[in-house]
Amino acid sequence: MAMWLAKSRIITNFLKTKICTPNNSYKTLAGDCSRKPRGLWDNSSAAVLDFRRPESARAGGQVEAVAYSDDDDNDANQAMEFPGGRVTFTHQMKFISESPEKRVPCYRVLDDDGYPIPGSSFEQVDKETAVKMYRSMVTLQIMDTIFYEAQRQGRISFYLTSMGEEAINIATAAALTSDDVVLPQYREPGILLWRGFTLEQFTAQLFGTKDAASGRGVAYSLKMDNKEACAVAFMGDGCTSEGDFHAGMNFAAVLEAPVIFICRNNGWAISTPISEQFRSDGVVVKGQAYGIRSIRVDGNDTLAVYSAIRTAREMAIREQKPILVEALTYRVGHHSTSDDSTKYRSSNEIEHWRTARNPTTRFRKWVQTNGWWRDEDETELRESIRKQVLNAIQVADKTEKPSLEELFTEVYDRVPANLREQEKSLRETVKRHQQDFPTDVPV
Amino acid sequence: MWGIIRQRAACKGNHASNLEQGIRAIALRTFSSSAKQMTVRDALNSALDEEMSADPKVFIMGEEVGEYQGAYKISKGLLDKYGPDRVVDTPITEAGFAGIGVGAAYYGLRPVIEFMTFNFSMQAIDHIINSAAKSNYMSAGQISVPIVFRGPNGAAAGVGAQHSQCYAAWYGAIPGLKVLAPYSSEDARGLLKAAIRDPDPVVFLENELLYGESFPISDEVLDSSFSLPIGKAKIEREGKDVTITAFSKMVGYALQAADILAKEGINAEVINLRTIRPLDRSTINSSVRKTNRLVTVEEGFPQHGVGAEICATVVEDSFEYLDAPVERIAGADVPMPYAANLERMAVPQVEDIVRAAKRACYRSH
Repeated sequence: MAMWLAKSRIITNFLKTKICTPNNSYKTLAGDCSRKPRGLWDNSSAAVLDFRRPESARAGGQVEAVAYSDDDDNDANQAMEFPGGRVTFTHQMKFISESPEKRVPCYRVLDDDGYPIPGSSFEQVDKETAVKMYRSMVTLQIMDTIFYEAQRQGRISFYLTSMGEEAINIATAAALTSDDVVLPQYREPGILLWRGFTLEQFTAQLFGTKDAASGRGVAYSLKMDNKEACAVAFMGDGCTSEGDFHAGMNFAAVLEAPVIFICRNNGWAISTPISEQFRSDGVVVKGQAYGIRSIRVDGNDTLAVYSAIRTAREMAIREQKPILVEALTYRVGHHSTSDDSTKYRSSNEIEHWRTARNPTTRFRKWVQTNGWWRDEDETELRESIRKQVLNAIQVADKTEKPSLEELFTEVYDRVPANLREQEKSLRETVKRHQQDFPTDVPV
Repeated sequence: MWGIIRQRAACKGNHASNLEQGIRAIALRTFSSSAKQMTVRDALNSALDEEMSADPKVFIMGEEVGEYQGAYKISKGLLDKYGPDRVVDTPITEAGFAGIGVGAAYYGLRPVIEFMTFNFSMQAIDHIINSAAKSNYMSAGQISVPIVFRGPNGAAAGVGAQHSQCYAAWYGAIPGLKVLAPYSSEDARGLLKAAIRDPDPVVFLENELLYGESFPISDEVLDSSFSLPIGKAKIEREGKDVTITAFSKMVGYALQAADILAKEGINAEVINLRTIRPLDRSTINSSVRKTNRLVTVEEGFPQHGVGAEICATVVEDSFEYLDAPVERIAGADVPMPYAANLERMAVPQVEDIVRAAKRACYRSH
């Protein structure tokens, strides 16, 4: 018994030095927090704790308790076996506070003026990548402005801008490889831009798919395929309130799926501010609740986002586990063209983030300081993109709309008999009553 | 006396051929020592096994499907045979594992997602409809979703209101989904194989009370390449006087009703729908054009039910052929009672079908 107690104490003390408590300051990114001693509890608990499924389902490495106070020494030698693992006793009744003493700090690399913060660690970005990233951010900005206007003019039916979130869009895309499967929500057109979607293609169609849960499904398939790739699912702060978020996170952790959950915490879900969305310290703290490694990053710092995603990707693939990234940012534009956000927030606040905290300007400063960009390049780029977008719109205006046949195709893999009948019937009706139908549907 | 003459006149029944049919039906069911027998449970299990063996992309996911061998033992033996990567036990989160399934299907796998009953599919219905059914269309054919959602549907016995609903009508309304409802073991094998091989999302509605029922099964059906066409109904019993449509458990009831009706000179044609979506309107209409009378049977709620759709389609396409109003037999318009005596009153019984057929033949009392 004494030997057992002594051994337990040694184990617990060893672990304590490895544990990241909310009250300790975090060390470097790849420091102690990421290296959880795997299977430390396994040998001692194996015989007793067979409540769980065998093999891959065993949660051996995640059994360490997170210490929330420092005076447990008296009880450190007392431990109890429960389904799920061993926990140490305490005779002090303590409730875990609903909010930590300090909020989880936010990883950033560039200061507000675009200068690297001394001592910061980040992935180096070469000139070619940096310039491509910057050009993409500007393209996204201009594209957003013009398409928003086009909707206002009634030329397109709907649009969502990504203003203020250009860094998240582009830096993430740049940090991933083309093998990684991205499941965007609706504020990530920059990912498509980066991956070769042309302005002409954007113009030709409006889209946006939301599916936090599908990220796990794809990731699980990648896992089964043993591919050197991960899945990436995007969501906003509001989305984390959906039941699906809980299911997605929990499953990803249990099934050990290589997926990166990226939450764009931009402060607003249409008119619902963060304070009315959840009462936790943002989204990053929810990661640990599911057994998922997480990080909070400055979403308006292009280099920080790039570094964080690169590392997250490497972890997800190497360790075959999910990672949660909370990118703090601000939604400068309205939620969509169906929203007027000046109705529920101050124009001063919007203006502040649009100018002083603009991610594109901030990154531009860094790129220019490196001698990779000049003012002339800026003018030339902006003019050229603007022309391209306006041209694309002109072309799209004149292009035909989908034909009647396309109303019925792709519902299923092959058009079933009943739909072929319906199409035939519709054609006859249109022919007989042409005046009742619009002229922009080619038959 | 008048009654008998009216009966003969109204229903054009032929006693001799009814007798023949009756004998054939009895022979098929009782003298089955020559034909092999298989339970629906084994039919489903063997179909899953064979399809998993043939295609490594097929995998099963759901609650209790692995270690427990399946809540209803449908996936018995499959974990041992294929391992935990292909028979995946999940936490109790339908929205979660249905979503995973759809994501896996997007990527190219062929998941078979089991709901312990379709009542729980309501937790995942957004994924079934918005993530699965509509994806091929919304992506202009670029994202196909070869997924199967299967599990017991409809009433069992004494499981109460929240565990007894039939979802045929709800899922049957959705473009992009295919909805199947097997009755016999042959149906179960053939349709499940077809569902797994199909590139589109399929909702596969089984019935808990049918799992243990045995049906004769031919060698052709036992072959691993066997499959049944989706969208084709089966005429289980040919007749001339009235058409009775049914699916799942009600097919058995309809056949029993047909036997009773035969004794009274009414020759009923029983159609086993097999597929709810796409509905085999052509078989239904051809039958009604032959018999001129229609009785639809289902266990689910009457309003906006499968029978309502069948009635509409027959009225649209074969109005002049109807000699009587369409009779709809459905479950009672109440949440399923728990009290056993009331539960019996809330689902169609054989006698209800018999009376409806007689009404359609102008023979109600």
